[in-house]
Amino acid sequence: MSFSGWFNGLSFLDFPESGGSPEIFRLLRNRIIVLMIVVTVIPLCSMALINLHQYRKALSEEIVKPQLVLVNKSKHSVELFLAERLSTVSFIASEHSFDELADEANLRRIFNVMKREFGGFVDLGLIDGTGLQVSYVGPYELKGRNYAGQPWFHEVKLRGTYISDIFMGFRRIPHIVMAVERVIEGGKSWMLRATIDTQRIDDIIASMGLDSKSDGFLVNREGILQTATKHLGGVLDHFPLLFPPFSSDANFIETTDSLGREVLMVYSYFQTSPFVLVVVKPRGELFRSWYTLKSGIFYVFLVSLLIILLVVFKLTDFLVKRLKESEERREAAFLEIEHSQKLSSIGRLAAGVAHEINNPMAIINEKAGLMKDLIELGGDFENRSKFLALTQAIVDSVERCRSITHRLLGFARRMEPQIESLDINEVIRETVGFVEKEARYRNIDLQLKLADGLPAILSDRGQLQQVFLNLFSNAFGAVGDGGAVTVCTRDLNGAITVSVEDNGCGMSNETLGRVFEPFFSTKKKGHGTGLGLFITYGIVKRLGGHIEAKSQEGVGTVMTVQLPERAEAVQKGCPI
Amino acid sequence: MKEMKVLLVDDEEEFASTLAERLNMRGIESLTASRGEEALKMIEADPPQVVLLDLMMPGLGGKEIFDRIRLKHPEISVIFMSGQDAPEIGPECGDCLIKPIKIDELIQRIRSISG
Repeated sequence: MSFSGWFNGLSFLDFPESGGSPEIFRLLRNRIIVLMIVVTVIPLCSMALINLHQYRKALSEEIVKPQLVLVNKSKHSVELFLAERLSTVSFIASEHSFDELADEANLRRIFNVMKREFGGFVDLGLIDGTGLQVSYVGPYELKGRNYAGQPWFHEVKLRGTYISDIFMGFRRIPHIVMAVERVIEGGKSWMLRATIDTQRIDDIIASMGLDSKSDGFLVNREGILQTATKHLGGVLDHFPLLFPPFSSDANFIETTDSLGREVLMVYSYFQTSPFVLVVVKPRGELFRSWYTLKSGIFYVFLVSLLIILLVVFKLTDFLVKRLKESEERREAAFLEIEHSQKLSSIGRLAAGVAHEINNPMAIINEKAGLMKDLIELGGDFENRSKFLALTQAIVDSVERCRSITHRLLGFARRMEPQIESLDINEVIRETVGFVEKEARYRNIDLQLKLADGLPAILSDRGQLQQVFLNLFSNAFGAVGDGGAVTVCTRDLNGAITVSVEDNGCGMSNETLGRVFEPFFSTKKKGHGTGLGLFITYGIVKRLGGHIEAKSQEGVGTVMTVQLPERAEAVQKGCPI
Repeated sequence: MKEMKVLLVDDEEEFASTLAERLNMRGIESLTASRGEEALKMIEADPPQVVLLDLMMPGLGGKEIFDRIRLKHPEISVIFMSGQDAPEIGPECGDCLIKPIKIDELIQRIRSISG
């Protein structure tokens, strides 16, 4: 791959800087999968193909070469057989005169010697220049026949020697005729003609040891079968397959037979006669080991491919999931900071307002207090008790305002981590103060079952308030108007446990499993950030505690926070 | 029965004068000062046993006044008051009452100081 290719490859996997929507992660996952499959499967395929090709080449040579040698050898045997017979006939014609051979007794004697010494001869005849068979020795009555009209007669006249194709002739059985011409003084000529037994050629072909599905035979250059075949037709039938092109050496072609099976055709052209020796073998037989290997490689390839795909999919899913989680965490942390900053600003504003209000409230408090003092110390007068009640009402209202401003100031302060010795019940009561009005309006039965004598814990008041406020808010969200929310505290083996129980709608197991995930919300869009319990979880963990949720759909939910007596995690960074 | 003398220092004059009147009614002689400098002069002229000191004031703040009192009159007890929740005054400064103040709580503090 070129540099620009790599560059493109990187941009292919480009990851957005911000905002990892599910679509982007899906896209990234698909791209990684495609890329990983491409970089693993292409080399695997290439390797398998090269391997197959090389093996096939080697195997072809291994299989075809012996066949070529065999065909060549058999062709030479047939050629030698024919050449020997032709030489014998030629020798007889040279050594004996026309008259000697015209004597049938003499001819018979010679024929017998030929049969005995060389074999393969069926008959022998002497033909004069006019084509008339002058003398004949053999199994038939052919003396006196005239061959002047036969094509081979003219061939001999033209070339001096002749080897025929296999043909039926007068005897209606396949045979080969060979003839030699002798020219005597005065331009007159005669010829010696012999018939050769084709059985000897069949024997040579049979000696090639071909299996039952293979065929070996002679065919002439016109495509006429010269010997019988097992599957391709009888003698003198037309060769049904693609005729092999001329080649001076033994050669092979791959073709299909009449049934459409692939066959290997090994052949060799005769140099001195018009024959081609052909061996046809079904490829399936020859390439059995090749097919075994091919299917073997195919299965290995398939299994490898499946493993690769499985690993690629699983690995990519895992990586993208981790990436997504990390991205979500990053974003959640960012939002948490933003959220904290927002709360901090609101807190500071609230603190400023509370402080400003506290001073006039102090004046009202003192004035009303003085009025009350004066009424109490003064004598009786009309409506004294009513005035007293009124001033007391002012003092009480001031007290209410005081508790509100103190809560606001406490809320502002909790932004800065501050570890102090806390009474958990007090923290809960303070936090309940924020929500009891809502509980009253919605007629929610908010019950506090706070255990007495709990040990003081070292923790952050503000952060705990945030935790409880969030749990209360969720519980209130889950119950309908008139529902019940119970807050319990107890000491459980040295750890303080706070549980917030509601009898609301509850959660399914699936929801329960994701309840602490960032951005997971069952509320309508715009009604929840999906960060409440995530932040709560983070705070509790930071304070060294533990939070768990139990829920049953339609029954209710219990959120339990367990806090250590000392907030170890926070303690390290913040001196007490 | 004027058992002890208290100086109330607060820039909110309405608050200081009313509180002083209420303390006077409860037998605690109370004077008021609305500025730090004025308070220091009054202490010089007639040192009280207790000074009630607002933490945040224009000019001399509560902490500065406290430091000067400590230098010259370490015998005077100081109680801080503030509109802020849990202000940072340092452990050496003692208690801080949060406004609005509950009168009974204040009197209890004063009496505990006087023993």
